Amino acid sequence: MAEYTLKLRRYDPQSGEAPYYEEFQVDLEPHRSVLEAILKVRGEQDGSVGIRCSCRAAICGSCGVRINGRAGLACHTHLDHAATSGVNADGRTILVEPMGNMPVIKDLIVDMDAVHWKKIQRVTPWLINKQPVPEREYVVPHENMVDVTQTMACIQCGACVSDCLSMEVDPLFVGPAASAKAYRFVGDPRDAEQYERLKDLAEDPHGIYDCTHCFNCIEACPKGVAPMSQIMRLRRVSSADHEIEDRNNGYRHEHAFVKNIRRNGLLHEADLVPDSYGGKLHPRAVPELISSLPTVVRGLQRGKMTPAKALLHQHKAPKEVKRIFDVIEGRDQRLELNLYISGTEDDESEAQA
Amino acid sequence: MPSHDVLIIGAGLAGQRAALAAADAGASVAIISKVHPVRSHSVAAAGGINAALNPEDSWESHAFDTVKGSDYLGDQDAIEVMCREAPDEILWLEHAGVTFHRNGSGHLGTRAFGGASQARTYYVADITGQAILHVLYEQLMKHHEQVDRYEEWFTTTLLQDADGGCSGCVARDIRTGRLEIFNAKSVILASGGAGQAFRPTTNALICTGDGIAQAYRVGAPLMDMEMIQYHPTTLAENGFLITEGARGEGAHLYNAQGERFMERYAPNKLELASRDVVSRAEQTEINEGRGFPDGTIALDITKVPRKRTLEALREIVNIGKDFAGVDITREPIHIKPGMHYIMGGVKTDVDGQTPIPGLYAAGEVACVSVHGGNRLGANSLLDTLIFGRRSGEHAAARARGVAMPKAPAAVLRDAQGEIDAILARDGAGRRVSEIKTELGETMNQYVAVFRDAEGLSHALEVVRRLKEEAPKAAIDDKGSVFNQDVLAAIELGYMLDVAETIVLAAQERKESRGAQFRTDFPERDDAEWLHHITVSRGDDGAPRLATAPVTITKWQPQERTY
Repeated sequence: MAEYTLKLRRYDPQSGEAPYYEEFQVDLEPHRSVLEAILKVRGEQDGSVGIRCSCRAAICGSCGVRINGRAGLACHTHLDHAATSGVNADGRTILVEPMGNMPVIKDLIVDMDAVHWKKIQRVTPWLINKQPVPEREYVVPHENMVDVTQTMACIQCGACVSDCLSMEVDPLFVGPAASAKAYRFVGDPRDAEQYERLKDLAEDPHGIYDCTHCFNCIEACPKGVAPMSQIMRLRRVSSADHEIEDRNNGYRHEHAFVKNIRRNGLLHEADLVPDSYGGKLHPRAVPELISSLPTVVRGLQRGKMTPAKALLHQHKAPKEVKRIFDVIEGRDQRLELNLYISGTEDDESEAQA
Repeated sequence: MPSHDVLIIGAGLAGQRAALAAADAGASVAIISKVHPVRSHSVAAAGGINAALNPEDSWESHAFDTVKGSDYLGDQDAIEVMCREAPDEILWLEHAGVTFHRNGSGHLGTRAFGGASQARTYYVADITGQAILHVLYEQLMKHHEQVDRYEEWFTTTLLQDADGGCSGCVARDIRTGRLEIFNAKSVILASGGAGQAFRPTTNALICTGDGIAQAYRVGAPLMDMEMIQYHPTTLAENGFLITEGARGEGAHLYNAQGERFMERYAPNKLELASRDVVSRAEQTEINEGRGFPDGTIALDITKVPRKRTLEALREIVNIGKDFAGVDITREPIHIKPGMHYIMGGVKTDVDGQTPIPGLYAAGEVACVSVHGGNRLGANSLLDTLIFGRRSGEHAAARARGVAMPKAPAAVLRDAQGEIDAILARDGAGRRVSEIKTELGETMNQYVAVFRDAEGLSHALEVVRRLKEEAPKAAIDDKGSVFNQDVLAAIELGYMLDVAETIVLAAQERKESRGAQFRTDFPERDDAEWLHHITVSRGDDGAPRLATAPVTITKWQPQERTY
């Protein structure tokens, strides 16, 4: 047994008071979960502590909260881990707060309908059957079903939505969970509207090109769904397979980026912006360049760049970079990482041994 | 006040399937759930769903396995319906979008499961329940115009019209505390099992027997309540489930002496004998001192190729790592039998109808009875879907010939009065959690794998004492927004009602059949006991025991060996 201090963010909407923090002492073995500690508090000390929970085993997705500032499932976080991680960890105190990016209803309970489920509904979250529907099952490759199983593993807990930085800046961003849900259909060979789904999400200014690759959702996800990876896959299918040139310039930016690295080896920002809009003299690029001027001026003032460096970029890609391009582009198909087939390499080595 | 042709209480697989079927039949539908539908406990079903879809397989074979698994207590007409309709249901799910595992040729692939003579279990890794539940919810979102969803509404009472028929319910909006009358021509209970009456259990915290108790309180008979399934592989400390899929994929069981002891209990099927047989074997090993010091048995999944485990049993790899500190691909994990499922429930026919007009039940809340004395693994998902759909269709058809009932406002005042009485408790009583713990531990000690008259009568004494204590149990939360304290007090009452009927039925059945093993009556006795036991609430509020015949069509009872 060990003693922990559970510091809970309390909020009672009927009290008229602002949220506050309340501490409870709990005695539990270190490998027990934060949820067990909260339920112990509720059972023995204060029955009014509000938290959604059901399965206790990280399957139902009810108990998404923020523990020491990071989103996760309370049932899936050990007390010893919680007490020793985070900025102010002292080995004893565990700070539990409601998830972010969603309005709080009471204590640790947030309004998922207002944000999470609304975004899920945004991506037409059901299979649009390829016609004709076969009499028996659709015959589809084993690999495709394993592939979409990664996104089927999503339990809709909202942890990724809670910690999404893009959504903090743009609340309309479709977000990590809904994007993963979208991939579940885009990657499903039985779906008839792969192109339409991608076109829709690429053209939406709050769609797949709104993600800024901060990795928070991958860190937060308790089920290994890796929502950001699914967003990147949506982009790859959209740009490489369908060549969807979106009005958000996501497609051209991606191509300019690859071209830039192929040529320079290192990223040359001064070329990236005009190239993303079709080159320095392209009519699309001119307004974009003008609107970037304040940033450019600030960069010059602060010495982040010099006119010489910006205009006369000398770095050329070394042959290693070229080799990477050759190997990747020489493949018949894109290799995608997937949670459900992660054991492969290990097994090959075992088989040889 | 909302009025619908068909009102469904509970939004797990049975409830969602019923909603889609009723909507498809043209009915106006409402579905109420005390949690968001995807939190329902169907989400935890891991291993798969049975169907004789393969051309070499037959529904008769599936039905025989089910009858034998039930220890001949299952009703064979109902089992026939379930097994005949299973293949079409799998295809319906596949077309709706379930990402079922494919074999090398891209067709649906199967895995082996306990008590089955063929590999006929269709699956999605070891998240089958989750995958199906989430796909059904996709369909509910798609059909949002036909189906009104009331998510996070807690049903407090079933309503009855002057003739005793079921005419709707009263439910509390958990978010605001507001009570509302839901009028309906047909009501389908789909609110799951009652595992929380036991401690530990594999069941989620929400499985508190709400629907079983609500039906019992309006006079519907319960059946087969003594039949409680202990799953052979649960974690000792917290009761978490390790899917039968592990043994289906080839995992073995060992006692502390390194013996593969199932060779002695089920020489043919070994680890894949039916669950009651395996659980009893494990408990015997543990009781006779051949278990590990912590009272467990070893489940060795390292027999399964690592790549296969990672692909097909990913969830239990995580459960082993996160909740037991064990890498199941490298070392055995310690398990023991744990409370998992209640075969009994509200007595229904094959269309889900209870003897109360207008009241249906489907899924774990119901007893058709397709599971009899023991449910086969991967038959419960099938049960929820087949009888959920049939209930939805029948309830929609029935609604076409019935006028819309309109409950008097007085029922709302009564329901509010009950809530107010809970809120007004003085705090002198025991805590709800304390009573619940005592109930669960008592049930798990005396109404478990092995039972006898002495233990059962002690259990009954405890349950009846707790029933006295529960109405005075202390409440801290006096608010109306997400008052989970009040709901827990109501749920405690449901669990105690259900527990009482379980103990009474177990006392009554003086033989050993399926999950009921009486050490004082260790043999199956077909002459005396080849019938169902029912429990109903009399007008005086006291439980009444009665019997109902078992339907036997093709398969006469024979000795049961695996």
